[in-house]
Amino acid sequence: MSSNANAPDPNSVDLAAVRAKLAETGKNHFWQSLEELSETKEYRDFFEHEFPHETAKNPEGIDRRDVLKLAAASAALAGLSACTKLPTEKIVPYVRPPEEIIPGKPLFYATSMQLAGVAAGLLVESNMGRPTKIEGNPEHPGSLGGTDVFSQASILTLYDPDRSQTVIHEGRISDWGAFAAAIADVRGQQSPKGAGLRILTETVTSPSLTAQMRDILAQFPQAKWHQYEQCGRDNVRAGAKLAFGKPVNPVYRLDKADVIVSLDADFLTSGAGHVRYARDFSSRRSMETPSSNPNRLYVVECMPTSTGAMADHRKPVRASEIAGFAAHLASELGIGSATGASASVQGISSEWTRAVAKDLQQHRGSSLVIAGDEQPAQVHALAHAMNAALANVGKTVYYTDPLESNPVDGIESLGELMNDMKAGKVDVLLILGGNPVYDAPIDFDFGPALLNVKLRVHSGLYYDETGEFCHWHVPATHYLESWGDARAYDGTIGIIQPLIAPLYQGCHSAYEITGLLGSDPGKSNHDIVRDYWAGQRPEKDKAFEDFWERSLHDGILLDTALPATAVAARTDFQKPSDEPAKSANSPDLEISFRPDPAIFDGRFANNGWLQELPKPNTRLTWDNAGMISAATAQRLSLATGDYVKLQLNGRETKAGIMIVPGHAENSITLHLGYGRRRAGKVGTGPGFNANFIRTSAAPWSATGLRVQKTGDTYYFAVTQHQYIIDHEGHGSEEESDAAFHRDLIQVATLDEFRANPNFARDPNEEASRGLTLYPGFKYEGYSWGMSIDLNKCVGCNACVVACQSENNIAVVGKDQVMRGRAMHWIRVDTYFRGGLENPEMYYEPMPCMQCENAPCEVVCPVGATTHSPEGLNEMTYNRCVGTRYCSNNCPYKVRRFNFLLFSDWQTPSLYGVRNPNVTVRSRGVMEKCTYCVQRINAAKIRSEEENRSVHDGEIVTACQGACPSDAIVFGNINDPNSRVAKLKAQSRNYTLLAELNTRPRTTYLARVRNPNPEIHE
Amino acid sequence: MSQIFHTSTNVLSRLSIYGGVFIVALLGAVLYGIELSPWYTDVHVSREQPVPFSHKHHAGELGIDCRYCHTSVEKSAFAGIPPTQTCMTCHSQIWTNSAMLEPVRASYRTDKSISWTRVNSLPDFVYFDHSIHISKGIGCTTCHGQIAEMPLTYRAGTLYMSWCLDCHRQPEKNVRPKSQVFNPNYVIPANQMELGRQLVKEYKIKSLQNCSVCHR
Repeated sequence: MSSNANAPDPNSVDLAAVRAKLAETGKNHFWQSLEELSETKEYRDFFEHEFPHETAKNPEGIDRRDVLKLAAASAALAGLSACTKLPTEKIVPYVRPPEEIIPGKPLFYATSMQLAGVAAGLLVESNMGRPTKIEGNPEHPGSLGGTDVFSQASILTLYDPDRSQTVIHEGRISDWGAFAAAIADVRGQQSPKGAGLRILTETVTSPSLTAQMRDILAQFPQAKWHQYEQCGRDNVRAGAKLAFGKPVNPVYRLDKADVIVSLDADFLTSGAGHVRYARDFSSRRSMETPSSNPNRLYVVECMPTSTGAMADHRKPVRASEIAGFAAHLASELGIGSATGASASVQGISSEWTRAVAKDLQQHRGSSLVIAGDEQPAQVHALAHAMNAALANVGKTVYYTDPLESNPVDGIESLGELMNDMKAGKVDVLLILGGNPVYDAPIDFDFGPALLNVKLRVHSGLYYDETGEFCHWHVPATHYLESWGDARAYDGTIGIIQPLIAPLYQGCHSAYEITGLLGSDPGKSNHDIVRDYWAGQRPEKDKAFEDFWERSLHDGILLDTALPATAVAARTDFQKPSDEPAKSANSPDLEISFRPDPAIFDGRFANNGWLQELPKPNTRLTWDNAGMISAATAQRLSLATGDYVKLQLNGRETKAGIMIVPGHAENSITLHLGYGRRRAGKVGTGPGFNANFIRTSAAPWSATGLRVQKTGDTYYFAVTQHQYIIDHEGHGSEEESDAAFHRDLIQVATLDEFRANPNFARDPNEEASRGLTLYPGFKYEGYSWGMSIDLNKCVGCNACVVACQSENNIAVVGKDQVMRGRAMHWIRVDTYFRGGLENPEMYYEPMPCMQCENAPCEVVCPVGATTHSPEGLNEMTYNRCVGTRYCSNNCPYKVRRFNFLLFSDWQTPSLYGVRNPNVTVRSRGVMEKCTYCVQRINAAKIRSEEENRSVHDGEIVTACQGACPSDAIVFGNINDPNSRVAKLKAQSRNYTLLAELNTRPRTTYLARVRNPNPEIHE
Repeated sequence: MSQIFHTSTNVLSRLSIYGGVFIVALLGAVLYGIELSPWYTDVHVSREQPVPFSHKHHAGELGIDCRYCHTSVEKSAFAGIPPTQTCMTCHSQIWTNSAMLEPVRASYRTDKSISWTRVNSLPDFVYFDHSIHISKGIGCTTCHGQIAEMPLTYRAGTLYMSWCLDCHRQPEKNVRPKSQVFNPNYVIPANQMELGRQLVKEYKIKSLQNCSVCHR
């Protein structure tokens, strides 16, 4: 718990006042946080001061003499600081130059990253052999060039100084040779049957690793291979089994779906294929003209997710009641026992369900029902049945064989291993990846049971909770250091290709460890993967060589996507509604567990970029929280910041409470992955361990939760009410001016948009043009600009992490975030509209606006921020003396100041992660988005050397490149044929605070909602 | 009442006022002098190197092209320091027993790089790019001086921002025909300004002076 003396009193949010205010301001008022609505002191501080929480410099005040003394001293010191000679540097060239490397030019290699077994295709930038930046692989079907926060941040994990570096044997440093010898002994002892041998892996989709496992199982027929993945797809497979009799893998074609119903599925930002799904989904929201036909999304979910924010109609429903709604919807579509399914779900009227069903039926073959990974098999089976009944199969969804080579149920498989361990049947257990001591269901009591195993081996990136329990710990290679292969969401095989040799000698991949038990021990990681494919492919020798080279280049094995299999869905669902109907009326409090949107199941806990990432909708950093709705909080007399005990069936964990608008009633959501005990310097400590109350019987949601206040207060670092844009001109003389009351988010329904395509334009924008006294700039040649489509942005945060990675942005820590000092150059502002129970949610990514009449430039006393002939507001760090006037004068609040030495200049391994083309900032310097000027300069130099101009699309900013939904477009607005100029010419285009005549280069395309006209709410 | 100060103090006070001004000015002049002195700028100061490599011999007398060693100068921001292998292309055949070249052979033998002392060095917040200067007709010797006459390499210009801007403001002062860029013995013609203006037009050279050209 933070003991920050400056921390606000979180209890000052008065929910009654909030409701009154919402009632008064009406349905069309946008708001950002409860703190804003109840005008807490902390909110006022952030609103009125550019830099709240500054320690008072001199409580007695400074007199005139002190000012003069300080001025003289600083002038003298400032002069002295220039009197340092540049240090003598060394240049160390290669002895023999490697192929292809041109010093100073980056190279890109294709590889894949697995998350819960599913591969995302990447292109990784390498500077002089050092991977520095992750981009999406346009050739890879799971990426199409987009990425997510996990892959963007994974580069930091590679260089994490807390990674495990050496083989450890019983707590002492050992080496690979000793470990190999120990495994050779195991081979001898376990021959010929291997009855005591067990291998536990995470989800495996790799064909070559599977071949190795099968080789081991063939040698030791009584050995067993177990798989456990906490945030895996057990329910997806179980649902498919229930519906089709086999665990097929559903693949969605969102680009072909006109009407989509999500049953607690956050398919845009989590789960298999979410990057591709975001791209396909947003491709149907382009809205180039008023006649465009966007898709329509219905979301029924418990915790507000990014997908929920994109919904045209959203209903907050407890996780356990989704099944009831699904059954109800299915029965409306004529599936199952229609009579039994009429039990209404709290918060959803029968009319609403009927209208959704009607909409689906009107779009037979172009609709889609998606069930969430955390929903039970029943819901998945119902979704499959609905898709079948709507003739969507083969159109918006198809089924393939499972991605997993060994599609077992994780909890079942782990349970089996548990029983064997408890019975003393396990002599040797290899744990290859994963952290079951931390994340196994609590009723398994995994840790103590593990101690029954005679020889325990753990392989992982960190010497973590599980490593600590094992005799041997072998540091795993990061995916950027190892060879491998893995399937994407549609089955396409992606090659995992190393960008760098393992940073630490001790690191070995799972391939090498399993290799020790296989028939050919000692084979290298590369040979294992390559030889496997050489054996699989029809091409031989030279032809295979060519095939392999091409596959490495593309990052995928061509045409390996799994073919659609014909399956027939059961439709004979029996009385599915009875059970959920009971819980629907139960006053019991429910708890639901979800993978964390930033650190997933805890594997990224030691990644500072992800820890400091404001999570979608809540904008919470560095913690998870007991998320609860306002009404339920009131009923239980809880408030944000209450530190409570969560008790479930005799088990208990502690958590801070956080009120989240739009959360389902009578339910608390607690994200997984926090409360780590041995994660590293960054990850050990923050948040609350949800695994203490998570059981194998109820892995995703359970009722019967009891909440008990401890009386303590927990302080969260939330960025939601920091950087507030004063769009109403508080304190300005023209406060009454109507122009100052323009909303920062412009929204219309499809009908309104068709009636008035120019709804987003500010009628006063042209009039304000003459308000400046400064002469205008002329922009000849290039003129850079950006367009952000709010209709496409899914709020996934990939841009935020990509920017952090590209521009060497520092991590500041929880305490500094609470003081409003997070350094992100682009933030995703979240706005709400409507009541606390189920507000509409809107995302607005905010990079620097690069104003043409920039308020920041004119106030800089030292010319550190200047205007470029191409329209950039340049930031010159070496000139900045830290007056912070610019930040104070920025109406968009996009400038960030290095209050302390935030960049880590000490840790050698972190030097590697830095972009060599961007200055690492020091203390006392202002910084901000530059439109990735290093990329602009590189492209301009390239084009000048080739005697041409920069092509449209040649410069891709980091945020644009990372965006899975293609919401951000950058280019030359002087070229009327450029993509960005065309987007800016659309009628939806609008500028923020246009009345100030700052003339931003970053403009937005307004959101158009597509509600069902038959639903009146 | 008599005067407190004797009239002679007028002289003293005048002297001290003038003195104050002149001393400050002198101090400024001295500091400025230091700033421009080779002690501070390293201009014309030869650096000690692990191998006393002579550009005079290699580039001047033997006439080896700059790009034989500095291979990436036309492609990248960084001109490139030759790998040991490049030295050994010749020195595995000639001067094979020279004691002076032992560090080179040792490097090749042991696979350990030679650690050269950097001569032309910019602060970390400055991003200079060789390739664009080369392709716009700025010769090597324009910045690096008469390299063909340097037995040991030294810095030819201060590399101060004013020094860069001097040319960026008036590129016609230094631009030369592209064919002459790598000529270490190029002589600036008498009609440089005229030729320069013509080349600036021909090569579409822009006078880039905004901050983010070099700082980012």
